[in-house]
Amino acid sequence: MNNEQRPLIEVKGLKKYFDINTGMFKTKQLKAVDDVSFSVNKGETLGLVGESGCGKTTVGRTLLHLYKPTAGEVIYNGNLLKTKSDIKDFRKHATMVFQDPYSSLNPRMTVSDIIGEPLDVHKVYKSKKLREEKILELMSHVGLNSEHASRYAHEFSGGQRQRIGIARSLALNPDFIVCDEPVSALDVSIQAQVINMFEELQSKMGLTYLFIAHDLLVVRHISDRIAVMYLGRMVELADAKEIYDSPLHPYSKSLLSAVPVPDPKIARENKRIVLQGDIPSPLNAPSGCPFRTRCPYATEQCAEAMPEFKEVSKGHFVACHRVDEIN
Amino acid sequence: MALLEVKDLRTSFFTDAGEVKAVNGVSFELERGKVLGIVGESGSGKSVTAYSIMQILAPAGKIVGGSVKLDGEELIGSGENVMKTVRGNKVSIIFQDPMTSLNPTYTIGSQLMEAILLHTDRNKKEAYARAVEMLQLVNVNEPEKRMKQYPFELSGGMRQRVMIAMALACEPDILIADEPTTALDVTIQAQILELMQSLQEELGMAIIMITHDLGVVAQMCDEVIVMYAGSICEQGTADEIFYNPQHEYTKGLMRSLPSASTAGTRLQPISGTPIDLLNMPKGCAFAPRCDAAMKICIEQAAPRVDVNADHRSACWMCVKNQIDNGTIEVKGGEVNE
Repeated sequence: MNNEQRPLIEVKGLKKYFDINTGMFKTKQLKAVDDVSFSVNKGETLGLVGESGCGKTTVGRTLLHLYKPTAGEVIYNGNLLKTKSDIKDFRKHATMVFQDPYSSLNPRMTVSDIIGEPLDVHKVYKSKKLREEKILELMSHVGLNSEHASRYAHEFSGGQRQRIGIARSLALNPDFIVCDEPVSALDVSIQAQVINMFEELQSKMGLTYLFIAHDLLVVRHISDRIAVMYLGRMVELADAKEIYDSPLHPYSKSLLSAVPVPDPKIARENKRIVLQGDIPSPLNAPSGCPFRTRCPYATEQCAEAMPEFKEVSKGHFVACHRVDEIN
Repeated sequence: MALLEVKDLRTSFFTDAGEVKAVNGVSFELERGKVLGIVGESGSGKSVTAYSIMQILAPAGKIVGGSVKLDGEELIGSGENVMKTVRGNKVSIIFQDPMTSLNPTYTIGSQLMEAILLHTDRNKKEAYARAVEMLQLVNVNEPEKRMKQYPFELSGGMRQRVMIAMALACEPDILIADEPTTALDVTIQAQILELMQSLQEELGMAIIMITHDLGVVAQMCDEVIVMYAGSICEQGTADEIFYNPQHEYTKGLMRSLPSASTAGTRLQPISGTPIDLLNMPKGCAFAPRCDAAMKICIEQAAPRVDVNADHRSACWMCVKNQIDNGTIEVKGGEVNE
């Protein structure tokens, strides 16, 4: 967007491994996120796509230090997050909107308490009156009436609940919001309302988004740049238009061609690249390139070494050994 | 004669809060070998329509009127014995969530064989052979091994294949697929849709595809029904619905879809929230959310009018357009076609 190339968030070599019990006294490491690096520029929307289990949610959560990173650095506005107080301060500027508007709101709290909770945690307002005013202001930002403030979450529809979650994420005037599948639980007609609201809030408040979703049409609509993940690794990162028009990684190609287009004529002529097989379990990730077991172009080299995530043209990163040959 | 004829089907759920008219006068026909898509938002009655055809409603749900004819034979009121010969045999269903619709305590093999033993006169050995054959048909690798496995040992895509194999084991005339790919990832969804398409061509069955994803409809369906609040608001061939939508709700849905060409612009959402089925408005159910709503829309539900031979719509705007261009005439306040 207009603010040129100043990264607000930089992520370098982020890793998150979970220990999974595989039997009595036996554990195995699950590499949910493995060596992921990217940056998000101020005011832009970075879309993060991939299939379930590829680690996109874990990237969002580890980035906010909701999970402690196994390794790697997160740099916010040029400052490396190190100490606990760094992280607490960072959380005033970076918040999250969750996928499920049903389970992410406490059923015992009123809407105003839900939205006001971040204000209480960070002790932002000294007087009750100022706190109330702020809550009502937030509610009007997301299109909720002030009379809703004393109601409970279960009284609202899915779309309205998601608005409550968004109001909560805006409470501390953040710069950066991780949106984790914020519209996938909503009906089509409501989805568009919420997407528009995200865009309006962004232009009004200068927000920066990491927009995680599996619906590729939604991501294409909202994102400036898009990153594709597969089995804990980032396989491609490029400008949204570029990645849709000319994806370079074989996984991105098949993922994008598999999206059902709501247009019968295009759908009939569309040549889909249907991948064989299932996604391997991240517990038994293949050696070398994680995609090689389903990749139509895989060679021996792919089994031996992990491809480097390198820049092939300006701003277009791909992790594939054979990127030059297959394109 | 159509393979399946549904006429004015009405199904209600009797809850403590009152009667919920989940399906409110649905009529359609399904020809042999065709794929019919039913789209709508959650609560629009698309699944209940399917469950009513199969008569597998939850205890609170009752079919309160209408007719469902399969091959000319009336199913409603035919009794449980007749339905047992229909379900799984002539009409099969696959559900959205393959994990909860498979029994976790039985092997894949015994669940597959159950349907075959029940509906055909094959013995156990033949049923086993048939089950393996079905697994091969749906591209499950190592079918013999899978027969001995339990559902938790399979991935989501694999489970959905098993569900399809089970549904097709008795060569039904109609396969009802209730959101078959909603729980699956895009690349796996592409595999399953491809599989359903090729099986449909091979076996020549008819499919009722229930989904909220207009992309899936565009790819799979010959004909489309759009439902809102328990009624059909528009039905026609896929091309008619996508390229010539007449109902304001369908138009709104098409407009609100994000795509490559909408990037950088605002989407045009349908305003308001989905309808509460306990408090249905008097007129058109969509009128409270409709930007083009007229006085009559609030007072009276719209009649279904033919847009052309392949296309019907129940919207006053559509009636108005036809009056304007002289297709239908108005006589003394009554609309005559």
